[in-house]
Amino acid sequence: MEHATPGGGSRSLSARYARLDKERLLLGLAAPVAAILFAALVTAIVLLISGKDPVLALTDIFSYDIKPDSTVYILNRATIYFIAGLAVAIGFRMNLFNIGVEGQYKIGVFFAAYVGGVVALPGPLRIVLVIVTAMVAGAAWAGIVGLLKVTRGVNEVIASIMLNYIAVNVIAYLLQPNLLGFSAPGSNDVSTKTLPDAAHFFTFGSYGGPIWGFVVIAAVLGIGFHLLLARTRFGFDLRTAGRSDGAAQASGVNVKKMVLTAMLISGAIAGLIGVPELLQDSFSYNLTFPAGWGFTGIAVALLGRNNPLGIALGAVLWAGLDRAAQQLSFDGFDSEITDIIKGTIVISVVVAYELVRRYGLQRQQQKVGRELAEQAAAAAGIQEKEAAA
Amino acid sequence: MSAPDNTAGRDNLAVRALDAVRAKGRLSRPMIYALVAAGLVLLSAIRYLTDSNDLTSSGQIGGMLALAVPIGMCGLGGLWSERAGVVNIGLEGMLILGTFFGAWGSWQWGPWAGVLVGMLGGALGGALHALVTVTFGVDHVVSGVAINLLAAGATGYLAKVIFDPVVHSKQSPPLRPLTLIDVPWLSPQLTSLEAHHWFLVSDLAGIVGGVVTGLSVLTVLAVALMVGSYFLLWKTAFGLRLRSCGENPTAAESLGVNVYTYKYIAVIVSGALAGLGGVFMVMVSSSIYQDGQTGGRGFIGLAAMIFGNWRVGGLAVGAGLFGYTDSLQLRGSDAVHSLLLGVAVLLLGIAVRMLLRKNYRAGGASLVGAALFALWFATTNEVPAQLVSCTPYVVTLVVLAFASQRLRMPKADGVPYRKGQGK
Repeated sequence: MEHATPGGGSRSLSARYARLDKERLLLGLAAPVAAILFAALVTAIVLLISGKDPVLALTDIFSYDIKPDSTVYILNRATIYFIAGLAVAIGFRMNLFNIGVEGQYKIGVFFAAYVGGVVALPGPLRIVLVIVTAMVAGAAWAGIVGLLKVTRGVNEVIASIMLNYIAVNVIAYLLQPNLLGFSAPGSNDVSTKTLPDAAHFFTFGSYGGPIWGFVVIAAVLGIGFHLLLARTRFGFDLRTAGRSDGAAQASGVNVKKMVLTAMLISGAIAGLIGVPELLQDSFSYNLTFPAGWGFTGIAVALLGRNNPLGIALGAVLWAGLDRAAQQLSFDGFDSEITDIIKGTIVISVVVAYELVRRYGLQRQQQKVGRELAEQAAAAAGIQEKEAAA
Repeated sequence: MSAPDNTAGRDNLAVRALDAVRAKGRLSRPMIYALVAAGLVLLSAIRYLTDSNDLTSSGQIGGMLALAVPIGMCGLGGLWSERAGVVNIGLEGMLILGTFFGAWGSWQWGPWAGVLVGMLGGALGGALHALVTVTFGVDHVVSGVAINLLAAGATGYLAKVIFDPVVHSKQSPPLRPLTLIDVPWLSPQLTSLEAHHWFLVSDLAGIVGGVVTGLSVLTVLAVALMVGSYFLLWKTAFGLRLRSCGENPTAAESLGVNVYTYKYIAVIVSGALAGLGGVFMVMVSSSIYQDGQTGGRGFIGLAAMIFGNWRVGGLAVGAGLFGYTDSLQLRGSDAVHSLLLGVAVLLLGIAVRMLLRKNYRAGGASLVGAALFALWFATTNEVPAQLVSCTPYVVTLVVLAFASQRLRMPKADGVPYRKGQGK
């Protein structure tokens, strides 16, 4: 996969460069906007066929999502999806498809919940321990994929898919009362030990309800992600290896090491996906802990073009659709319609990005061609003058 | 790839030696038969010694077939698509489409219409995947993941709209079954033979009995499609052209092959096959459609295909292996525990072979593994159900880890191709 990074245009003239950059920005925005409009159109058609009023459904989505308690819900949800998107995106930037984020976050949050529940530490330290455990466990699970890839040449997509299933079963096995599970006397529900109140993460009070403090951690992660990729030698090497591992190898990058490191970072971030839910809402892990966030992360990363700002927007969009689904079923719609919207957005956005990329490439080629023609004409003019003189 | 200049150097000793070395990597046909026979004897011996008759019972084998067919159809779909150079992670989505449309068609117009509509539903998913990857040139894995999301979303909505008013849940009404075949005289004979629990004889009776008792016509169709695909892809000009698109599309194009057309055909067939797998799940494995019924079997089909080295025979073995362990676990039998002994014996065999080849490191590791499994067998009475469910996935990982250098996927698999790019 190729990723358009800003600033790849011709640098011959700074004014032209700036214009081209603005053009690229517009083109980049055109793709997701077109995809969302297309998805709205498809949804409207589906609703019309099933005899429902599409205008009412779409206005419903917007009007409900801007209510204060909705915005808080969306922000909290988006925190989770944003972290998931980052975990997937770091792999994508390295040209690695980490479809195993799903398993990595489950492993991460499960072990974090267990350790946080049994190790007696004062509150803040316990929170740190939970976060570190989640990252280490997620990274270790992803590390298996990385090791298999660099030492045995196993395709990361297949290995990750297998490990997703293994993760689910390993957790189901370990979450038994005589192993790592815990069940309250007189109850059949098995979960990890509940975190004490002191180990709850802080929240911001607001008119629409408590906003999770973890949004701060997510923001820090996003900034760190950007700085790591854009401002460090490591990030440069990673992006180079993602675009062409041959070129990276030739310039002295140890590609195998990069693959392993990228997988470990991706897994560590993936381990964090479930932590906000754990520290701010559920406070223990049981088998009803939400699943599927890893796949949401893939969708959000694709939508956001592997760029933190884009991922944030994608995460908010996804969370908004989740929220709207609740209201739609109240108003007599089938809430599953939001899944159609999501699926259509993902598939049309990847097509739109590809078309825009091709169009931009074509324009660039034309521009370079024109410049070369001008230069040639100018050179010919000089030669004629010299000949005349 | 054939050995270069074989005709001139036939008598040349060096060339013969080279051929022998090349041949060493692949198993010859008699060797494969011998291995199958040995496996059967081993299984039978374990069954006999540990008294866990479910290992080769006709019920177990019937269950294995029923679970292996959807996986095998997805794997075959993956084979068609990837042989033409299009990676198809969207098989899961096409399987889901097959389950929904199969159930809907069957409910509306009867079982055979269900088969047809289900395959068409899967083919629709394939056509979308072809449009996105071949025409628009989007990354294949990305498109596949998107199709999985869309298929799950669309069928969830459709099930709600169509089935919910009838049965008040996102599942179909009970579907009429397809014909089941019992071979008249053979089935009861084999059942009585199996009940004696004789060494090897009863095992064979159980295996054959499992195949010929309560056999679905769709299973027969699935096997026919496997064999047919092999002949079509490897023995005809059409198949050669299709595979050439997966190996080197530019070269294929230079020879006048319309690469886009072949890729479209391959991916649409791929979707239809996965769709058939879905039909099987709603009409043979169960008799209703349920939301989330596929449980990731499309992904397993893909794994079976890679396990089988992008070959029909290999993927059939892979699907069978998944089906076998799945069935053992679903039947909740304690037979899995006896299989630990089988694994120990198998590892011992590998260890001996490695040590004879003077590969001491691998031999030692296998020996330790064999000892550990034997210890596990001796010290426990049962294997936790959750770990049994893991088995197929762990086996796939282990096979990939040890054999991935020997696996060879189509050379241009997953590589975006634009018409005229070689100019």
